[in-house]
Amino acid sequence: MAKVNLNREPMAKQDPKARGRNFNQVALGYSDEQAKTEASRCLQCPKHPCTDGCPVEVNIPGFIKAVLDDNMPEAVRILKDKNSLPGICGRVCPQETQCEQACSLAKKGAPIAIGRLERYVADWEQGNSGTMNAEKEPPKRTGKRVAVVGSGPAGLVTAADLAKLGYSVTIFEALHVAGGVLMYGIPEFRLPKEIVQAEVAYVASLGVKIELDSVVGKVTTLDELLGDGYHAIFLGTGAGAPMFMDIPGENLNGIYSANEFLTRVNLMKAYQFPEYDTPVSVGKRVAVIGGGNVAMDSARCALRLGADAVYIVYRRSEVEMPARREEVENAQEEGIHFRLLTNPKRYIGNESNRVVGMECYEMGLGEPDESGRRRPVAKEGSEFILDVDTVVAALGTRPNPLIAQTTADLKTTKWGTVMADETTGKTMKDKVWAGGDIVTGSATVISAMGAARRAAKDMDKYLRE
Amino acid sequence: MFRIISRETLAAKIHLFKVEAPAVAKKAQPGQFVVVRVDERGERIPLTIAAWDENEGSVSMVFMEVGATTFRLAQLQAGESIADFVGPLGIPSDIEKFGTVVCVAGGVGVAVVTPIAKALKEKGNNIISILGARNKDLLFWEDRLRNASNQLIVTTDDGTYGRKGVVTEPLKELLESGEKVDRVIAIGPTVMMKFCTKTTQPFGVKTIVSLNPIMVDGTGMCGCCRVSVGGATKFACVDGPDFDGHQVDWDLLAARQRIYLDEEKRSLEKWQAEIARDF
Repeated sequence: MAKVNLNREPMAKQDPKARGRNFNQVALGYSDEQAKTEASRCLQCPKHPCTDGCPVEVNIPGFIKAVLDDNMPEAVRILKDKNSLPGICGRVCPQETQCEQACSLAKKGAPIAIGRLERYVADWEQGNSGTMNAEKEPPKRTGKRVAVVGSGPAGLVTAADLAKLGYSVTIFEALHVAGGVLMYGIPEFRLPKEIVQAEVAYVASLGVKIELDSVVGKVTTLDELLGDGYHAIFLGTGAGAPMFMDIPGENLNGIYSANEFLTRVNLMKAYQFPEYDTPVSVGKRVAVIGGGNVAMDSARCALRLGADAVYIVYRRSEVEMPARREEVENAQEEGIHFRLLTNPKRYIGNESNRVVGMECYEMGLGEPDESGRRRPVAKEGSEFILDVDTVVAALGTRPNPLIAQTTADLKTTKWGTVMADETTGKTMKDKVWAGGDIVTGSATVISAMGAARRAAKDMDKYLRE
Repeated sequence: MFRIISRETLAAKIHLFKVEAPAVAKKAQPGQFVVVRVDERGERIPLTIAAWDENEGSVSMVFMEVGATTFRLAQLQAGESIADFVGPLGIPSDIEKFGTVVCVAGGVGVAVVTPIAKALKEKGNNIISILGARNKDLLFWEDRLRNASNQLIVTTDDGTYGRKGVVTEPLKELLESGEKVDRVIAIGPTVMMKFCTKTTQPFGVKTIVSLNPIMVDGTGMCGCCRVSVGGATKFACVDGPDFDGHQVDWDLLAARQRIYLDEEKRSLEKWQAEIARDF
């Protein structure tokens, strides 16, 4: 047996200094040679623990073998058999806690770079469109119609899965473009919008109809959709409503929710103002409150928009940060300042209502709370003022209540999430399933996709009966 | 894409667009708004629905050219299309039998007030409307509002038409006259709504206003449109746009409306130059 190779192939990145001033992709992807080298490290374990670690059960050893064999169309086919959005997942999945964590080589500290290989295969397909023949034969039509509400990761996966099974699927999207958080939330430099739109186009190519500018809960309701001849509905509307801390001064000019800030920058392309009409107001000193991926994205956007100093202000310490390690490192490399164990107490404004400062507490860590992490506690008398002119609150999100408000028999929890069966996604309302952040609260793209896959299976089972 | 069925210029820089949007027309109610985006490069702005016709599948909105988006909208002709037209958004106005309702409309606000007055009149309310504009040339829909009211008072700031003065004067006189007023609805520029609420406050008459902060998505997703009402933060797009005017923090609203003044000017000048070049 060949000696096990523990040299994980690195992926080139844009230089931190240069990339801090542009919105181009940070991670540059593998070359053909690098991909082969990395693929050759795979042990092809018969028990494929990696596949078990993948929420959508991609045949990982299979597609890696195809890469090694130089059979790229086959690699694409294997990948897309389970994952309709590989270009997205290859970039934003937390592989380190899923497939790569399960990899047999993880114990030796050098798991196969599955995410990078997935991205490589997806990008190969993008660059070689037309070489792949469309889906085998078109599926046999079932004659049944399914409405999918929301075109984020969960909605796209449910729609693709059901379309492949022969259902007529229509997605209703509130915004003017499909993709949900992949378009408005995750920045261009981490997930190019062209990639998202190519994968949306793939889903549409399966026969899925996408109705943009359609706010379900306003222009129509779930009951009206069911009355209009839809046989089942999937809700994948995510967790789109921002949370604030409810502290003094929070409505000052220059204080954004991360949703607003990122929507302006990513969806509306404010970084290209005035070529694009939507502005964003970023001053010289920006504080981003929070320690998740959304906080990292916001901080890195603020830097690219020309801020001199950008602070991540987080109430716990680095080990409790929910952001991916890789994103924290990227932010650190780019020069984002981390003010850990710090929490805002109030905001200070000037005569024109613009934020000019943020009074903060130093925090200590107490006993573990219900999340298992040590509870942050404000140190009395520790207050100090951080000089900032822009603040982005990345404090998490809740589901938007518009649909629940207009659907009497859809049960929700006290957090506003929709109650649904964990394994099937079935809600308390007849003919309605749900999955993704609308059920779990803010989580990851891939967990939403996993839930969507399970819901699609259960919907198919129900619709066949 | 949403086709412009027809357009009409109602006054200097004030236009009415009738847009083909059957799904929105089917659901629209008085007081609701739409979010529009002119084209790929456009921003999303809210515009209140002025009229709709379910049979025709049309929705009309009235806007004044003030910034880049309204300037660009005004360049479009009948038959051309608007990229996005989303709605109906917001909570509809409260339409019940209140008794006597005074509807105050300032400037472009008449387009918003008219469908509300009409619906309230149909519910059996006695409608006294006050329509105000800076001058005669900026007045429009006097006839429509008159038809939706039992009585109409018109004012212009400069006295070129109707009574000389601002809308708060006849409003105050009405309240002082002893006429039993059960509700006031005041819609127009922020400063006008603010002064209407100051006028009605001493009389304790419930006064509803329709707030117009800056919005992005219009569906409760971004929080750009947050306003302070009774000390609590509300999102005008999903909690409003109608609120109890006596509870509104007007200074905060006015300050938040000015966040992008510089950028708005820059954007408008860019488009004006671009269009001048094309001619």
